Amino acid sequence: MSGVVAVIDYGMGNLHSVASALEHVGAEQVLVTHDAELIRQADRVVFPGVGAMRDCMAEIRRLKCDQLLADALLEQQKPVLAICVGMQALMTRSEENAGVDCLDLIPGNVRYFGSSLNSAEGERLKVPHMGWNEVHQTRDHPLWQGIEDRTRFYFVHSYYVDAAQRDLVAGALDYGVHVDAALARDNLFAVQFHPEKSHTAGLQLLKNFLQWNGQC
Amino acid sequence: MGLAKRIIPCLDVENGRVVKGVNFVDIRDAGDPVEIAIRYNEQGADEITFLDITASHEGRETTVHTVEQIAENVFIPLTVGGGIRTVEDIRTMLNAGADKVSINTAAIHNPELVREAAERFGSQCIVVAIDAKRVEDVGGEPRYEIFTHGGRKPTGIDAVAWAEKMASLGAGEILLTSMDRDGTKNGFELGVTRAITDAVNIPVIASGGVGNLDHLVEGVTIGGADAVLAASIFHFGEYTVPQAKAYMAERDIEVRL
Repeated sequence: MSGVVAVIDYGMGNLHSVASALEHVGAEQVLVTHDAELIRQADRVVFPGVGAMRDCMAEIRRLKCDQLLADALLEQQKPVLAICVGMQALMTRSEENAGVDCLDLIPGNVRYFGSSLNSAEGERLKVPHMGWNEVHQTRDHPLWQGIEDRTRFYFVHSYYVDAAQRDLVAGALDYGVHVDAALARDNLFAVQFHPEKSHTAGLQLLKNFLQWNGQC
Repeated sequence: MGLAKRIIPCLDVENGRVVKGVNFVDIRDAGDPVEIAIRYNEQGADEITFLDITASHEGRETTVHTVEQIAENVFIPLTVGGGIRTVEDIRTMLNAGADKVSINTAAIHNPELVREAAERFGSQCIVVAIDAKRVEDVGGEPRYEIFTHGGRKPTGIDAVAWAEKMASLGAGEILLTSMDRDGTKNGFELGVTRAITDAVNIPVIASGGVGNLDHLVEGVTIGGADAVLAASIFHFGEYTVPQAKAYMAERDIEVRL
């Protein structure tokens, strides 16, 4: 039973695609909201995000979504899925916009790919990292259920997560540098890619999230 | 293994119908955009591009509705272009469910729009469309110029320099269409494709002129494109997306199978 899923809306970008993908895989009710009471009553929480970090963090703080997220994550211990900039916002600090302090819910940094990125074979890599890349599942997790290791997911980002606690990494890839594609800790799962745009594999991950009890 | 080269079917939509012209004229009907988008999603297309070629105001409202319907049913990235002139237009399309918007003529009239849009919405959703035409050879080297109004109006702007400028203003991707080739089925104009992919550090989508699967291969291997876009070879059933991907994979191009 998925129950009610709250997609935290802090005004950055279109969240309909996340909501419609969740509905497509059987969510009973999806609320796109920043209403504290609705989020508190929801059974699970999605923390998405697109756009530049400075503006995102400003809106997250202005709408008190930082507190709502911390409550859901740490006090209520509900299953939480963070997506893309939502994942980055969990970290300590981002290099974007000349440096932005983030939520520091997970120790680590968000780094820029740089403007002259090369693969190990010397091939030039474009930035943003845009398109379908293979995610190496570095550990088992209920959210990987039914998804083969090294399945491709859709990415679009110029900054990447570098977690300080390496045992939290659940998915990884190389794109000139080592990229943490997924992090897992207790009732939190965070992904750099867009499951809502990753076709069958992404929909499977969202389906897994709806069935997840928040335990690893 | 790394990032896959993307195959992007393109829907040219006029008044709510998918159409396809040759050199931007002689248009023929190819069907309902929502049905076609769902079909490509099921076939394993990597993205879908929706180019609105409707001129009328009523038609534009139809477009927003169509984008909403596609976004509800298709779980791969959707780019919407055509007639995007302001930050408000961009917001409308993103709210309707587009993941990226493609800006063309408006960037030429007001390059600052690209900067403003990238700052507001993030570079990842700002695609700049470049319609290039081969204009002359200087000392044996071809030169490519930007054209507007469906390839009829020259601007005097060098296509490669323009791509560099757009990237520096914050564009996240370039959609490069060769006006000489569009709808001809003679293959991409590989010279300008290579020149632009070499010049910029952002991904480049090659478009215009695909008539067979070798053209898709050449766009990547010779043109250096990060993604290849095609319309009529898919719309009229000559090839499916899986056929195209299998063909590219056999030629050592990394694709999402």
